This record gives sequence, structure tokens and C-alpha cells, in this order.
Amino acid sequence: MKKNRQSEQKKKNMPIMTVTYLFVAVFLGMMVYICHYSATHKQELINNSYNGRQQMLTAKNVRGTIYADNGEILAQTVMDEDGKEKRNYPYGNLFSHAVGYATHGRAGVEALGNYYLIHSNSPLSEKVANDMAGEKYLGDDVHTTLDVKLQEVADHALGVYRGAIIVSEPSSGKILAMVSKPDYDPNMIEEIWDDLVEDKESGILLNRATQGLYPPGSTFKIITALEYIRENPDTYQSYGFQCAGSFSDGADRINCYHGQSHGSVDFTRAFAKSCNASFADMGLKLDKSKFQDTLDDLLFNQELPMEISYNKSRIDVSEESTNGDMMQIAIGQGTTGMTPVHLNMITNAIANDGTLMKPYIISSVENSTGSVIKQFSPSAYKKIISEQEAAVLTDLMQDVVEEGTARKLKGMSYTAAGKTGSAEYNKIKGDSHAWFTGFAPVENPQISVTVIIEGAGSGGDFAVPIAKRIFDSYFNEE
Amino acid sequence: MELYITEISKYVIALLMALYAYESFAVFRFQEEERRGGIYTRQNFLMLSIHFSCFMAICFETGEISYLFFYIFQQIVLFATAVLFHMIYPRANRLVINNMCMLLSIGFVILTRLSYERAVKQFVIVAVSIAAAMLIPFFIRKMKFLKNLTWVYALVGIAALAVVLILGAYTYGSKISYSIGGITFQPSEFVKIIFVFFVASALHESSTFFEVFTTAVVAGIHVVILVVSRDLGSALIFFVVYVLMVFVATKNPLYLLAGTIGGSGAAVIAYQAFSHVQVRVQAWRDPWSEIDSAGYQITQSLFAIGSGGWFGMGLFEGTPDSIPFVEADFIFSAVAEELGIIFAMCLILVCISCFIMFMDISIKLKDSFYRLVAFGLGVTYIFQVFLTIGGGSKFIPLTGVTLPLISYGGSSVFTTVIMFSIIEGLCMVKQDEEKEERYVAKKRAKAGRKEKTGKKEKDVKKEKTQKKENSRMADRKIKDWNESEEE
Repeated sequence: MKKNRQSEQKKKNMPIMTVTYLFVAVFLGMMVYICHYSATHKQELINNSYNGRQQMLTAKNVRGTIYADNGEILAQTVMDEDGKEKRNYPYGNLFSHAVGYATHGRAGVEALGNYYLIHSNSPLSEKVANDMAGEKYLGDDVHTTLDVKLQEVADHALGVYRGAIIVSEPSSGKILAMVSKPDYDPNMIEEIWDDLVEDKESGILLNRATQGLYPPGSTFKIITALEYIRENPDTYQSYGFQCAGSFSDGADRINCYHGQSHGSVDFTRAFAKSCNASFADMGLKLDKSKFQDTLDDLLFNQELPMEISYNKSRIDVSEESTNGDMMQIAIGQGTTGMTPVHLNMITNAIANDGTLMKPYIISSVENSTGSVIKQFSPSAYKKIISEQEAAVLTDLMQDVVEEGTARKLKGMSYTAAGKTGSAEYNKIKGDSHAWFTGFAPVENPQISVTVIIEGAGSGGDFAVPIAKRIFDSYFNEE
Repeated sequence: MELYITEISKYVIALLMALYAYESFAVFRFQEEERRGGIYTRQNFLMLSIHFSCFMAICFETGEISYLFFYIFQQIVLFATAVLFHMIYPRANRLVINNMCMLLSIGFVILTRLSYERAVKQFVIVAVSIAAAMLIPFFIRKMKFLKNLTWVYALVGIAALAVVLILGAYTYGSKISYSIGGITFQPSEFVKIIFVFFVASALHESSTFFEVFTTAVVAGIHVVILVVSRDLGSALIFFVVYVLMVFVATKNPLYLLAGTIGGSGAAVIAYQAFSHVQVRVQAWRDPWSEIDSAGYQITQSLFAIGSGGWFGMGLFEGTPDSIPFVEADFIFSAVAEELGIIFAMCLILVCISCFIMFMDISIKLKDSFYRLVAFGLGVTYIFQVFLTIGGGSKFIPLTGVTLPLISYGGSSVFTTVIMFSIIEGLCMVKQDEEKEERYVAKKRAKAGRKEKTGKKEKDVKKEKTQKKENSRMADRKIKDWNESEEE
């Protein structure tokens, strides 16, 4: 009897209980959402130019200092004669793209580390002292992975050419140097800003290392080779081709660089000599859908796992791609566009047994008294190629140095592996961008270098010597 | 020195608020109100401390002592409310009144920070509302005829909404208010209560398809008038409250299903028919691409929520004023920015605690009219909280309703205070029911025992006196209990 009444009661209360649980569940969901959103979007929200809180923070705190890896000051806030704050860049043009600027919008580390630079985590006692003295609080300092010496070498090596160089550490993803030319003097940004913005031709403000989209040319053969190996794991070594300086399919024709004929080539030699004809031939044999998967793995047409602003590399492989398209794609020509940093990341993955480490440039954030506020440690994105594939590609790239197009790196105290490219951008004149991407030492890769020089000529003649100067400097050659 | 105080006060306030939120759930561990006394006292203490710490921070941050006077007035009113209410209605639920005072005090703090002038205005309205609210539980308990006014509620509700539609002034694209003698009213707020009474009285006796259908027509008229007035938030509240009340009255999940399908259909039609609905949905899906126009409010609100961190920027340290209508529709974002995410989450928990207590009271009520009223008011309250917090944090599209008891807005705060006092009235109705039930049960038990021993003629007289004694005993018992509770 009592039980009956209880169950009746339960039934009567069911709708109210249901509604109660429903609302409580929805609210819990909303609370999790709000906490998660505010925790994960904090920086992005503060950095939005529509957010007035930036001005509030800059009015309260002195923008922090940016340091190089060895403690050199790359950017600091100083007082000018009138007692006004001014951002000072001791190295002038040298770090213009890497460190960037902080007025008229922001770029480089100034943009990336803005959140930390405008916040102050000074100890309370320090802040109280500031208050007493009527001073602003000192913003947090950002320490970078940049190496002044390597940056200087890279900058000098590129000289007056337009182009970009990116030097990084494959095992960690640390960016050691990043040069893009043409450059500018960030100390003068106020004065030259209008000219820079008006001048649409030269794109001085574009950081070519991360935002410049170039045809990858023969450096893309690394990826074509990888795909060919993936599809023919047992037979790729017996690949053979008779190169007469060109390859034709119907009306489509691919020439080797300067029409040079390479004779009978096998897989390794085709790669080392960068034989366009044999790679065009391989390109036609590839399975388009599998190739798409590989390109996805390698982050083509995708967001890159890094914070620095960049452009997505683009490539167009689909079932509809014609033979002509595939031949162009296989040798890195046609509509394919790739950023130097992306090529550097793929190089790093090969050097690091297939695991891609996320590139990063800020190593730590410290408050004005030097206590670490935030430490950035290397983190893996994922294994984008297998260990075996990385080993095979390393061998191929080593042969490029030993007996191929990058022989200028041969016989040094360190062993290097890499791939050159001469990406034609002007069909009629045959002008080309000179590319090189590679790493050293082969046994235990410590640095990787990716170089592009706009309109210089062949990669072997122009890009390899620049990479060599950087390797030499790093390994104290000479 | 100021810096130490303002910095430390941030953590203190967050901690105290977390404790308060904890206590407001600890209450549910005990079924009997009299065992919760300690919790309520602690809550009152925490409430005072939070209010005090916040105003300390405000005074130190601004360097203006004048805020202290305002604080003292607020403190007197809030404290008096908590104490007086308990004295007048010793058997009323103290959690409801404590939470109400807590939420009001948060509202005072954040409004004082946003606009002193508005905070004073709000304070006056709150004081008047509370004075009125003191009488409500008495009337609810006595006025049994409230059950039978079905069509009066319907007419008054529709008339009040229609008057606004015809005579009202447009404020920011919506017709929601009209003024009499310099005072602006927003009738959709008051009608919320009337509407709940209407549905409850229409469905409490029988809820066959006929009743559901006729009430649906009336509810539909309410909603349509509000949609035409472009008060989408209120329209949505009326709709949801209606569907859920029908579900509770009929206990038939099919109505819930039908309501959901009908609501979705209506939403699609509204989306296609009204450009301002499309703008809202678009601004919700991607506010960043329209940051200059439709997405401005919501992105500014997100900036505020995102900039505070766990412990907030501190009062007067952030810039919540950059959000348009921050004191009404986006007050939660201002709280999150300056008092921190932890505080804001605890605020939500306190709102949930109110809701659960409302539902608890509703479940324990025997009379289906009161049961439906308690349920309807609870849903009205919590759904409005959901709309405003969810809208301001981009969890759901923005509808532009106030956060009850905290947002600036006389009609809103008045209505909510009345709602809470009606719940208190219902709480007493519940106890009357329980008293009656206990009495009946006792009588039955006695009668049963008598039968067993064999009833004799001469015992009848004895029984009569016994009965008198019993009821007197019962009364005294209740009296004792009341007194002990007052202690």
C-alpha cells in the first residue's frame, strides 16, 4: 500500500524531476563551455584590435623586452627626449621580420608575444614601489629561440637578393634564424609606414619565410619520391628511366633543367640529379587519391601547427587532375605554392625520424625580476612519415650532396643532406627561384636550413652556397 | 597599500563566493528546514562579507569614501530583508530569501561600479519591491480564489502586452515599454507571473486535450504579440514555460515532443520571416566577421569574459563599459571580467540552487494549482538566466533579456522579487498541507486503535475531549517548533 503510493508519487513527480535534471545538465554544459572558452581564447581575445583592453594595459604597463636566445636585446621600450615611450630595436633591419613591429598593428614576435609583453606579472612589492614613484608597471619579457649570430650570417649571405631563409632545430622545432628580404628598419616604422603600405609591388612587410608562396620546384621531388616509395615499397629501387632531356605525354612536355639529358637513371640518381623527365614519368604512375592522403599528412592546403602568422601552402591534386597537371605537380611546378617554413617543417620531420615538432620562436616569458612566468617546451605535432621513409629520404638527400646538385656541401667536417630546386616562375624567359632545403649532420641532425632566393637561377649554384655559409658558421667550419 | 588591498580582495571575494555557493548546495543534504539553520547563518555572514569586501575594493580603487554611505544603506536593506522576512514568516524557506539577497547584493556592487546614478535608482526600486514582497506570502496563503481567476489572468496579460504594442515606445528596435507619469514600465516582465498563474489555473483541475488546446490559443496570442513587438527573448520564455507546464500538468511526454517540434518549426518560420532574427543568428554563428556591426555587442562581451581570468581584473580595473547595454543584457560579462570566472561560475551555481529549491517546493506541494505555479515560476526564472548568460557568452544566440535580480531594470527586478516572495508563500501553503496531513494521519491512527479495543458508548464523549486535546497538542507542537526555529 505504502509502496504503491510512493511509486504513484514518483510518477507524479517525474515531469518535474525531468525538467530539473534537464536544466541542471544544460547549465553544467554552459559552465564548462564558458570556462573552456575564456581559458583557451584569452590571448586571441586580448590581441583583437577591437578590444579596448589593450590600450588600458599599455597605459598601465611598460611594454616588455624581447630577448634573443643568448640574452641580447632585440626590442625594448625606451624614453625619448620628450619623455615619451619609444620602441627601440638595437639590431635595426636584421630582425625586422622575425621580431616585427608594435605600432600600426603588430608583426613577428611583437604580435605573437603581445599578450605577455603588455601584461605585468611583477611582484606586488615591485608594483607598489612603482605606484609610489608614479611609474608604470614593467611588462613581462619575452625570450626567443633566435640566435643573433646565425641571423647575421643568414642575413649577409642573402645579401641584396630578395628571398627568405629559415634555420631551425629539427629535434625541437626551435626557430634559430628567420630572414626575409626586402626588409625595413623597425625603428623607423612611424616614418616609413605610409610608404610601406602604398608600395604594393615589393611587399616589404610580407614575411616571405612564413607567408611567401613560391612554386617549390624540384624541392617538391622529396614529396613525389615519398609518394612513389609509399605506392611501390618493394619495386621503387628497380625504377629505371632513359632521360633524353624531356618527357612527353600527348601534347604535354616536361624539360629537364636547361634541357640537360641525364641518360639512364635509377631512382636514387633521378633524385640526386633532379631529373624532371623521370619524375614527370613517376607522377603519371601515382594514385591520385593516395597522393591526396599523403599531401594531407604533410599539411598541404591545411593549417600549420604554429602560432606565427603564415599562409597555407596550396596544391591541387584531385581525380580530375589531367596528366599534364600531374607531370607539373610531380616536379613542383604549375599552380602549386609553398611557404619556406612549410618546406622547412617537412625537412625537419625527415631529419627527426618522421616526427614533426611544432615550430616555435618564444621560449619563455619572464617577469621584470626574471622569474619564469611561462615556459614553452618542444612539443611534437605528430609522426607525419614513418621512420623507414625518413631514413630512405635521408639517404636520397645525402646522395644529392654526395653526387648530385648540392655537391658544394660535400667534403665538409659535417655531413649534410638536402635537396635543391630551381623553380621556374617565368615560362618565356626561363627565370627561376633558387631553392635549397637540408639538414646536418646526417647522423644526428642539429640544424636544418631552408633557403629561397627570388629570381637568382639554379638552386645548386645560388641557394646551396648560402646554406653552406650557415652550416659552416653553425659547425665553426673555416 | 591600495594595491595590496585590491589585489588581495580579489582572491578573498572569489573564495567567499565559492563558500557561499557551496553552502547553497549543502542545504539540500537536509530534508528538514530546521536542521539547516547553521547553514543559513553562515550564508548571511558570507553574504555580508562579500558585499563588504567588494565595497572596500571599490573605495580603495576609486579613492571615494562616498561609496561607503551607499554601501551602508544597501547593507541595511539587505540585512533587514533577511532578518525581517524570517521574523514575519518563520516557516518560510530561508535559502530562497538568502539567495535573493545575495544576488541583489552582487547586482548592487556591479551596478555601482558601472553607473552610480543607475545603482541608486535600482536600489530605491529594490527597497520598494521588498516592502511589497513582505506582504505577498500572506496573501498567497489566504487568497484561495486565486485558483479560479483563469480568464481574468488571460485578459489582463493579453491586454497589458497589447497596450505596449499599440502605445509603447520603440527602444532599440523593440517595443517593450511604456511610460506613465515619468515611470517606464516593461509589462512583459509582470505578465510573466500572470501568465504562469493563468496556465496553472487553467490546467490544475483537468488537463485534457480541450484545456490544453484552449490554453495553447491564449499562450499563442501572448507569444505572437511579443514577437510582433520584437521582444523575442520574452516570447521564447513564454513559449518554453507554457510547454513545460503542460508537460507537468498532463505528465504526457508527447506534449513535450509536440512542443519541441512546434517550437522548432516556429523558430524556422521566425528566422525566415524576420530579418532581425537572421541578424541575431548570424551574429551568433560568426560574430567576428561582423565585428563592426551585428557582432559588435557579442564580441565585446566575449572580450570582457575572456579578459578577467579566474580571479578577475578587480572592480574598476576592467573596461566592461565598452559593451553596449552592459548594465542590462550583459551584466554577467561585466561580473566575469571584474570579479573573475570563478565568481561568475559561483553566481550561476547560486541561480541553480534557487531553481532546485523551487522545484523541490513544487514537488512537495499536494495541491496541483500551487504545484504548477511553483514549477512555472521556477522555469521562468531559470530559463531567463539561461538566455541571458548563454546569449552573452555565445553559447546560444543573443535574445536580449535581463539577468534577474542583478541586471539594471526596475520592472525586471520588481517582478523577480515578487516571484521569489510568491515562492515563499507557496512554501507556507506547503507547510499548511503538511500540518493538515499530519493531523489527519494522527486522527486516523487514533481511530484505528480505538476500533481494536472495541468502541463503547461512553467512550464517545471521551473521544471528543481527546480530539480537542489532540488538536491543541498539535497546535502547540507547531508553535513550539516555530519558536525553536526562530532561535
